Amino acid sequence: MPHESPTATDDATSGGAPTVAASMVHARELRKTFGAFEAVRGIDVDVQRGEAFGFLGPNGAGKSSTMRMIAAVSPATSGELRVLGMDPRTDGPLIRARLGVCPQEDSLDPDLRVRENLLVYGRYFGLSRRAVRERADELLEFAQLTDKAKAKVDDLSGGMKRRLTIARSLINDPEVLLLDEPTTGLDPQARHVLWDKLFRLKQQGVTLVLTTHYMDEAEQLCDRLVVMDKGTIAAEGSPLQLIRDHSTKEVAELRFGVGEHEALAERVTDLAERVEVLPDRLLLYTQDGEETLARVRDRGLHPIAVLVRRSTLEDVFLKLTGRSLVD
Amino acid sequence: MSTTTTLPTGPTGWLSVTWRLVDYWITVYRRTWRGSVVTSFLNPLLYVVAMGVLLGNFIKQPPESLDGATSYLLFVAPGLLAAQTMQLVFGETTYPVMGMIKWHKIYASMIATPLTVAQVVCAQLGFIVFRIMTTGFVFILVMTPFGVWGSVGGAVGAFFIQLLLGLAFATPIFAYSAMLRSEEGFTVIFRLLMIPMFLFSGAFFPLHNLPPVLEQIARITPLWQGVDLTRMLSLGTWDTSSALVHIAYLVVLAAVGGRLAVHSLATRLRS
Repeated sequence: MPHESPTATDDATSGGAPTVAASMVHARELRKTFGAFEAVRGIDVDVQRGEAFGFLGPNGAGKSSTMRMIAAVSPATSGELRVLGMDPRTDGPLIRARLGVCPQEDSLDPDLRVRENLLVYGRYFGLSRRAVRERADELLEFAQLTDKAKAKVDDLSGGMKRRLTIARSLINDPEVLLLDEPTTGLDPQARHVLWDKLFRLKQQGVTLVLTTHYMDEAEQLCDRLVVMDKGTIAAEGSPLQLIRDHSTKEVAELRFGVGEHEALAERVTDLAERVEVLPDRLLLYTQDGEETLARVRDRGLHPIAVLVRRSTLEDVFLKLTGRSLVD
Repeated sequence: MSTTTTLPTGPTGWLSVTWRLVDYWITVYRRTWRGSVVTSFLNPLLYVVAMGVLLGNFIKQPPESLDGATSYLLFVAPGLLAAQTMQLVFGETTYPVMGMIKWHKIYASMIATPLTVAQVVCAQLGFIVFRIMTTGFVFILVMTPFGVWGSVGGAVGAFFIQLLLGLAFATPIFAYSAMLRSEEGFTVIFRLLMIPMFLFSGAFFPLHNLPPVLEQIARITPLWQGVDLTRMLSLGTWDTSSALVHIAYLVVLAAVGGRLAVHSLATRLRS
């Protein structure tokens, strides 16, 4: 199950390419250990040109370690890894020349102004000063930061800093953009602006590889994703496919009095494919929520509040990675 | 979209990729030079006047007990120059290195590009050399009206010795700073290395004034190598055999430190 054929993706754009799309990222049995700690425990991943691929998982699942290996900054402990067809161990600089990296924490230089951050960074890729000036102005426009060009980095809002970091990661016109938790810590408006930017990049043919622990982000952006848990891949597929494979069509949420849920769960277990007991409600995973609800009432149970909804990626995620906190 | 990318190869290629960091350091310097320009003129002047002229007036010793200097001013001035070089380098390779690792993640963003850790370290050392050159040049200039330089060649030689002395400090301290998790480690090297060396490595008094054991310790400090070289050049008392020992010492320290610095930063950024 960990890796089905990547053709299962319902992404139409990659099919239109005349050449056979080589894997942008290809990993087999990829491992990363830090001393005795195994951050990544043998994962298989293939990312195709033009797709948006997500690593979804709780904190400590090994997402960032995987990203750092793909970014050719942290060597794999074992296993096979090819990025853009090259081996990060021997061709790190060449790989990095064609990647864009947006790290989890903004690594902007506070001693430099907004535009200077772009100018300096473009030089690292060997762009001429002239080319980098033109590119910087385009990217400021793209990131809606043109009027902040001369501002100090510290005076930018969180969303602006993130957009600047993304703009900076695009300075070399990368073929693959790596985004580690791109919208963590942003307010809803800023997140939507960012999603819009990323969607536009994807339409321009940039391959996106991102990590996130936000389900809505994964559903919005990813053609295909893997759910990572404790260093391994727990499931893989498109968001829809994952919901189909790992959850039911609908979920009925029943709320009873405090402390009653545990006992009442036994009386409804046979009404759903799966019942989950939370402190404040029962979740009944079922194909038809309304019908299930009717049968609950037939048994003389009268919840204080009910909600019938479709299954989401969050249900899949919590089923696969559990509800207990990982710190 | 191109699928082949090439990078310049060979030693000159390596340097040309390293050169890509010049714009970064120029931009940083443009933002920060104002703060340092006044001190780099004023500090040498204050030190030379206070220690060389005013304190020096109290110190009347024959040249043979002042390493050949005919006055305390002539004795202490080259020591001050070497000591300033050391202090500058401590400043440039401690907090700034930690800041670029830990606080602003600058190195992490640099090595996400075609640049390698060795190139990043090399470029920063280049910037530090530039800082030593400007402050050293100013110091040498300020000392000139006081008649410190026996010859032009001595002044030029002293200038280049500062670069070597600076690198010999820069690389091992860089390696140390790249390893450190918290800034408390800086207090340790400031108190246990920099200040004792500043005071006791022959910058302010002849080493033979120290008790024999301490004198031997002082003679193996890196600062003494720089003080003695600078002093021999300013006084015109150049002794090639002892100078070669000093130079070899500093070259080895700089080279070993350089390897350690790259290793230390690479390990840190990988974890």
